[in-house]
Amino acid sequence: MDKIDRAALELREMDELAAMKSPVHFMHPITKLIITISYILTVVSYGKYDLSGLLIMALYPLFLFSLSGISMGICFRKMRVVLPLVCAVGLFNPFFDRTPLFSFGGIVISGGVVSMITLMLKGVLCLQASFLLAATTSMDSLCAALRRLHVPMLMVTLLLLTYRYVSVMVQEVSIMTTAYKLRAPGQRGIHISAWGSFLGQLLLRSMDRAEELYASMQLRGFDGSFRYAEGKKAGFPDYLWAVLLPIVFLLLRKYNLAELTGRLLMSAGS
Amino acid sequence: MICFEHVSFSYTEGHPVLKDLNFAIRDGESVGLIGANGSGKSTLLRVLLGLLPHRGSVRVDELEVEKENLREVRRRLGLVLQNSDSQMFMPTVAEDMMFGLLNYGMSREEAEERTDEVLKKLGLTELKRRHNHRISGGEKRMAAIATILAMDPDTMLMDEPTSALDPYNRRVVINSIKSLSNTKLIASHDLDMILDTCSRVILLGGGRIAADGPASEILQNRTLLESNRLELPLRYQR
Repeated sequence: MDKIDRAALELREMDELAAMKSPVHFMHPITKLIITISYILTVVSYGKYDLSGLLIMALYPLFLFSLSGISMGICFRKMRVVLPLVCAVGLFNPFFDRTPLFSFGGIVISGGVVSMITLMLKGVLCLQASFLLAATTSMDSLCAALRRLHVPMLMVTLLLLTYRYVSVMVQEVSIMTTAYKLRAPGQRGIHISAWGSFLGQLLLRSMDRAEELYASMQLRGFDGSFRYAEGKKAGFPDYLWAVLLPIVFLLLRKYNLAELTGRLLMSAGS
Repeated sequence: MICFEHVSFSYTEGHPVLKDLNFAIRDGESVGLIGANGSGKSTLLRVLLGLLPHRGSVRVDELEVEKENLREVRRRLGLVLQNSDSQMFMPTVAEDMMFGLLNYGMSREEAEERTDEVLKKLGLTELKRRHNHRISGGEKRMAAIATILAMDPDTMLMDEPTSALDPYNRRVVINSIKSLSNTKLIASHDLDMILDTCSRVILLGGGRIAADGPASEILQNRTLLESNRLELPLRYQR
């Protein structure tokens, strides 16, 4: 299987993950969406030196991974392309911010190092939360949830069709690269002279396919509403989680639990 | 009842694909739509479903195929696309089958019940929870037929239902089509299949109706078929 086929398969694997059964999967999509957005906003709001406070936030994805039955390895494997970019964001901070912040075992740690780790951690946590949302909720349910939250229909439909279009495009790329490779033995990749026509053909072919797919949706009554994706109604536990978890995130943001625990232990020790 | 009166269509000005078509299909009829590549078979199906604009009058049960009536027209007609990958866009077979039902206001319980019923009828019960990208081409074609059948359309429209199928799966699809009591309009090059499933044939040539009549007559007319770049069905070639 070549890289493109593998990419297509990985994309479809998200649907398989979303079809699993677990308490997280059964949670109402709107609840998950609200929790994820509030989690991401909380994580992003941490100060650049607030590493100890941020570490506590790592408990949420850990808890969700174990509850949903999805392995963290899958998450890292699927995000292997994005993760280096996320980690690269704060890479130069140690060079610009050399203010000593604290020393650890005689080694002085500068503000730049702490802010770099904080930034990387923020990125990883946000990615994990987004992955967990996508891996426990089908795209259609997610779109239905967005519509319920009054996100404009145009945006939601665009999101759904983009998702469908990506897989159609990947399929077309796979077919075209196979056809190319078979007639260009021993050649690595696609020769630069063929890029123009390759991309043009890809655009035309995938547009045709996307149009056909949209026609198929229209012919079965799709009019931009997501009646078909609205599953069970939100129950009391869904409302409870949607309110409780954002409050917990806010409290964790306001009170540094790690610091408080440390102080408590220190005062108990003295 | 499907009625075409003076229907024309062209993708580009001055190059009509369909020229002044006139025909009617009565309820319960099985009609094969045949013709060479580019003769307008798929275009005709798309015009009928209101996916392409047209000149003239196309009516489905007295409903004119126009913007205001499209939802109702499409509820009455079900199209099985040539490419099942474009038809099966939901993650699982069951979800795909329920897509249309829920869009047309059926409750989830009713839709599930209907899905089970259709899958059982077609002998596809084991496909229900399978992911669309994990099933074979033949299974996908059968599942695509099931998604349309679940909507219980008055008329089934099929675009090359047996293309790219191995002989076994082709036979399964043909038997399934034969078992359907709906009105059928089947566009195909597979003339043996048309002979098996349809009592009437409309032959398109150069955008016009070159012949319209009993399948057994038209499909035995070598001169007519060959003048329209077709051949006799295999069973008549011996």
